[in-house]
Amino acid sequence: MTEENKSENAGNDLNAKTATTPRKRSWLRFWGVVALAVVATVLGLALLVNIFQRKQEERNPFFRVVELTDDTVDPAIWGKNFPLQYDDYLKTTDQVRTRYGGSEAEPRTPTQADPRSIVAQSRLEEDPRLKLMWAGYAFAKDFREERGHAYMLEDQMFTERQQVTQQPGTCINCHASVYVAYKQLGGGDIVKGFEQLNRTPYFEARKFVTHPVACIDCHDSQTMQLRVTRPAFMEGIRAFKASQGIQNYDVNKQATRQEMRAFVCGQCHDEYHFSGPEKRLVYPWAKGLQVENILAFYDEQKFKDWEHAETGAPVLKAQHPEFEMWNQGIHARSGVACADCHMPYKREGALKVSDHHVRSPLLNINRACQTCHRWSEDELKSRVETIQRRTYDLRNLAMDALIDLINDIKAAKGAGRTDTGVRTAQDFQRRAQFYLDFIESENSNGFHAPQEAARILGESINFSRKGQVALRGGV
Amino acid sequence: MFERNVMNLRLAQGLVLGVTLGLAVGVGAYTFVYARGYSYMTDNAEACVNCHIMQEQYSGWLKSSHRAVAVCNDCHTPPDLIGKYTTKAQNGFWHSYYFTTGWFDDNIQITPRGREVTEKACRNCHQEIVEAIEGPHAGASEWQTSCLRCHNSVGHLH
Repeated sequence: MTEENKSENAGNDLNAKTATTPRKRSWLRFWGVVALAVVATVLGLALLVNIFQRKQEERNPFFRVVELTDDTVDPAIWGKNFPLQYDDYLKTTDQVRTRYGGSEAEPRTPTQADPRSIVAQSRLEEDPRLKLMWAGYAFAKDFREERGHAYMLEDQMFTERQQVTQQPGTCINCHASVYVAYKQLGGGDIVKGFEQLNRTPYFEARKFVTHPVACIDCHDSQTMQLRVTRPAFMEGIRAFKASQGIQNYDVNKQATRQEMRAFVCGQCHDEYHFSGPEKRLVYPWAKGLQVENILAFYDEQKFKDWEHAETGAPVLKAQHPEFEMWNQGIHARSGVACADCHMPYKREGALKVSDHHVRSPLLNINRACQTCHRWSEDELKSRVETIQRRTYDLRNLAMDALIDLINDIKAAKGAGRTDTGVRTAQDFQRRAQFYLDFIESENSNGFHAPQEAARILGESINFSRKGQVALRGGV
Repeated sequence: MFERNVMNLRLAQGLVLGVTLGLAVGVGAYTFVYARGYSYMTDNAEACVNCHIMQEQYSGWLKSSHRAVAVCNDCHTPPDLIGKYTTKAQNGFWHSYYFTTGWFDDNIQITPRGREVTEKACRNCHQEIVEAIEGPHAGASEWQTSCLRCHNSVGHLH
């Protein structure tokens, strides 16, 4: 190789080096731009598909996959047509506490008689005074915090109350999906089926039902419109409307759509009693929905749930009067139905569905409260808890007063007294106890009607103290 | 020979770049038209219900006292051109982000900035009555009360 060639080669090498670097750079730049364009295309397409999906959802609110009839009990079948509602309905198995309510999951060892491995906390252990209030009644044996709808059938079946007393089939009216069972038992007539079910002992009646409350208990299978399926509510609301001067009220024909969004819940969430030897389920509303109207109704019927084991007083057990208490509150007054707070609307894509995960609004404040109340979640929660704490404190005062009265009557009877003072005190016990239980068993801790709850507890305390005065020769 | 190779390479590069960029622009343009993106440049209140989320607010506005005198933009964007389109761009971006991902609370709530824009709009149209209440003054820092605290349903109930 000559010197010249060498230098030429060296020059070439140098040229090659300087030439590759800008070429590499331009390649990088080229692929960089291509990659960005690819990412932009992918994002653009993803957005396009998302918008397309929302537009489709808006157009097709529902696909009919199966044919539903007036005899379809199984909610899973309804769920094929209404998957969003069904998914939420299944969530009522949740056990979540709120400050003053809600159920906690407690593990237990399953037994032959009770195969449940999880139950809710015992209210009797939380407050042993309840045992004295209910002495001689099955509730003094076993009373737990209520769990979600999904558990209504098994919790009713396995409660220890079943072991200490023979319960009638009437209980099933609100612990299972009974509409189709009514039809079968009554040969197509739900009122006949209802009467038949009431007469049948609990464990025999249990064989006619399979599901906890299901779609068909509130919805018409063809139109999905809300409807009342419980004869006890139809009769109860008819009697109540008659007391207001409206004769022959037919709830399924005359109620508005918004009223129905409370009435379907009111089918079960109210005070009741089993009337006569045929154990007919009757809602005591013929004189009105307030506690004194209901007590007056029972007094007129000379009805008692049991005789108190310690005092011999003819006492009553109040049961979850949510419908009655809600009726006394500001929300009912403003036209807000149960479903507005306990099943608020929620968004699923472009669809709006009512949340079938029925639960405490405190667990769902944004959807339940903030539709109307424009305050922060913390503020709203603390407002509710203030009401509940005040009610709870007053309830404890009323409970102490009642226990004092029970102990006084017990002592008087122990001393052999049978005079009118004792009988008056027993009557006051009946009143005090029913008023207190009306709030104790109501599942909102005063929230549904705060002032009414305070009034009732105040009156309960007054009855208890008056009973004590009666024993001392006063009144 | 070498020059032809370079030419071919350039041509291929150009093709790839053209196709990918073209696709990106095409898909973007189609999505924009399909999603009625152009409607957001207008004052038409219907643009705000393109994506269903504002349906309650829109229905409420249709029945409200302000329907005859104000559309969405009158109360929810500042009156000057730059402020208006900055606000539109900012809200448009975050609305698209949250509504596409679904990461938002069902009962939507106005942002503090949005609330200030609306409060200013109240005070702008109702200047006379506001002055009668608070007296004339300059900026937001001197506001003594809020129109929206009491009159929050004049535009739409929810």
